[in-house]
Amino acid sequence: MADVAIPRAKPHMSEDSAWTQLKHNRNWLGFWFMVPAMAFLIFFLAYPLGLGIWLSFTDTRIGRVGHFVATENYEWLWDDSIFWLSVFNTLLYTFVASALKFAIGLYLALLLNENMPFKAMLRAMVLIPFIVPTVLSALAFWWIFDSQFSIISWSLRHLGIINQNINFLGDTTWARICVIFANIWRGVPFVAITLLAGLQTVSPSLYEAATLDGATRWQNFRFITYPLLTPIIAVVMTFSVLFTFTDFQLIWAMTRGGPVNATHLMATLSYQRAIIAGQLGEGAAISSAMIPFLLAAIMVSWFGLQRRKWQQGENND
Amino acid sequence: MQDFTRRTLLQGGTALAATGMLTGPALFDFAKAWAQSAPWKAEPGAKLTVMRWKRFVPAEDDAFNAMVAAFKAATGTEMNVFSESFEDVQPKASVAANTGSGLDLAWGLHTLPQLFPTKVLKMNDVADYLGKKYGGWTDAAAKTCKQGNDWLGIPVATNGGYMTYRKSALDKAGFKEFPKDFPSFLEMCKALKANNTPAGFALGHASGDGNSWLHWVLWGHGAYTVDQNDKIIINSPETAKALEYCKALYDSFIPGTASWNDSSNNKAFLAGELYCTANGISIYVAAKTDASKKELAADTYHALWPVGPVGKPTELQLALPILAFNFTKYPNASKAFVAFMLEKENYEKWLDGAQGYLTQTLNGYESAPIWTADPKNAVFSQASKRTLPAAGIGTVGEKAATAIADFIVVDMFANYCTGTKDAKGAMAEAERQLKRIYR
Repeated sequence: MADVAIPRAKPHMSEDSAWTQLKHNRNWLGFWFMVPAMAFLIFFLAYPLGLGIWLSFTDTRIGRVGHFVATENYEWLWDDSIFWLSVFNTLLYTFVASALKFAIGLYLALLLNENMPFKAMLRAMVLIPFIVPTVLSALAFWWIFDSQFSIISWSLRHLGIINQNINFLGDTTWARICVIFANIWRGVPFVAITLLAGLQTVSPSLYEAATLDGATRWQNFRFITYPLLTPIIAVVMTFSVLFTFTDFQLIWAMTRGGPVNATHLMATLSYQRAIIAGQLGEGAAISSAMIPFLLAAIMVSWFGLQRRKWQQGENND
Repeated sequence: MQDFTRRTLLQGGTALAATGMLTGPALFDFAKAWAQSAPWKAEPGAKLTVMRWKRFVPAEDDAFNAMVAAFKAATGTEMNVFSESFEDVQPKASVAANTGSGLDLAWGLHTLPQLFPTKVLKMNDVADYLGKKYGGWTDAAAKTCKQGNDWLGIPVATNGGYMTYRKSALDKAGFKEFPKDFPSFLEMCKALKANNTPAGFALGHASGDGNSWLHWVLWGHGAYTVDQNDKIIINSPETAKALEYCKALYDSFIPGTASWNDSSNNKAFLAGELYCTANGISIYVAAKTDASKKELAADTYHALWPVGPVGKPTELQLALPILAFNFTKYPNASKAFVAFMLEKENYEKWLDGAQGYLTQTLNGYESAPIWTADPKNAVFSQASKRTLPAAGIGTVGEKAATAIADFIVVDMFANYCTGTKDAKGAMAEAERQLKRIYR
């Protein structure tokens, strides 16, 4: 294409108007090809995000236009103990749930990677918690942890181990354990199946060679599986952390942030203040406050992914 | 394709008459006569989109739909009615108010019309007309919908909640009748617990149940979130007393009430694990209609909320106002529909269908047949009279609605009762949040 265009353009060069030049400029054309994608991104991603951040600097309420109040919302949140409690809850929830999801997911992936009977069926079954709509599983857990009708309390009572129902969702510690448990149950399949996919790309010949050299199973895992799996782990854990950090449905269906706000995450608090109580500005400030945390999580994996050390083991910088 | 001939039109007419028959020819005739004489004539070709909260009692929905059908037949107004769950009504109405389209009428909860006073159609003429005809509006109902002298909406009904208890359990605890004041109510709860037939009230984020009983405790002690001038007065010795009282009650409850939502007490009561709670009539209705729960229904009774140290009823009942948006193209049809619903021929049947779930806001309906049909219904007829507006003694409006929606009072009590915060800390937190809302 290029060598066809040049000889035609050359003779006219001197007397070409700016417009004709522009017409033949490939970058100019390229720009127009990119416009649809750009418009899409700006309209559906950048605009809502920008609007959310703008709202957080106003005192907008549902049904009424707000005025610019600078950082007033943030100053108020800075001294708001419920907001800080929700930050603490979110970090605890994300950290504990993600760590356990990773541990259990990796374990399951390694297990499913072995040769065993009904392999395909077992792999499919692991996905079940992921397939069930979140709200449905949250409702199921809500019944399981109900203060009067919990199947767990009922069984333990009939076994004679306890004589009073466990106050699953009414006690702050128990409530946190319960929602984290539900989140793990839901999130493990995603981690397990993705890691399993990663495991299958590891060439068996590496293990054969290592075994011939007398490597133990632990060494096999530590020096072959783990280093080759790190890029996948980085991606999976980024997603897992992002999903957990922004979780909403599970909490809303199970506890509404209770008891006494012990399970309020930033997302649920933002919804309660913005939509239920109508203070859009303040709610937007809470969700905007999530951005730095999310950016940090993305940065870690982004820079991690760029580093070959992470991808290919210690000494390969 | 079908040709429109006189014949098909006639067939259509018969079909229409048949629907009229189904919903009762009397209702249809009344609707026709009403449409002729009503002060509001629906615009020709009017089309109304109505959003309402999702019904809890199927028969109430049937009665409502029958009215809608009769109105449609009599005025030729196209009616598009859809329902949303309690939580979604307010956000959707707000979005309609914001964008100026989508809905003509919204039947919602609490002080909905006060949330966007500049976007609603003033209903002064409708309120006057109905008030004069049916013995005037109750105090709280009028306050809920009025801004100054303007009616921002029409208080269609109140959803009353009352003490619901098992008589056998009270008898066993030595209480011949339901306590009428706070100290004896506490004594009763303690006695019930001792007999292993506990009471229980929601301390979780239950927008209906949690808010209503905790505001009752607060107001009963003469404590309020704000005074008449909207000055924050939550941090007071009266509130401290209310907290103490609530803690004593909480300790006598069935375990787990801190996690309860609006449906928890219904489930526990119907399962026979809970012996006293506060709720709408739905528990009793559910027991009555379930053949396997005959004994439970016979043993279930209702009582008024005990009166606190302030010496007058301090109930918080759920107001259900309807509003029309001022951007509707058919203001007359909207007004006509609202007035039509509250006419005796419709309203009493509707109350019947609701089986006690809805209480009139017009004094004239106090003698409606529903309240005497079953003696156990009677207390619910008081709901609109004994309630305070949702703002307590403060100004009804957006701010008060926000404070309730954000569970400020509920969290204050829950913080103290579960031992998360001391009384001072719990009150200080509520005070700080209220200051923000009432700034």
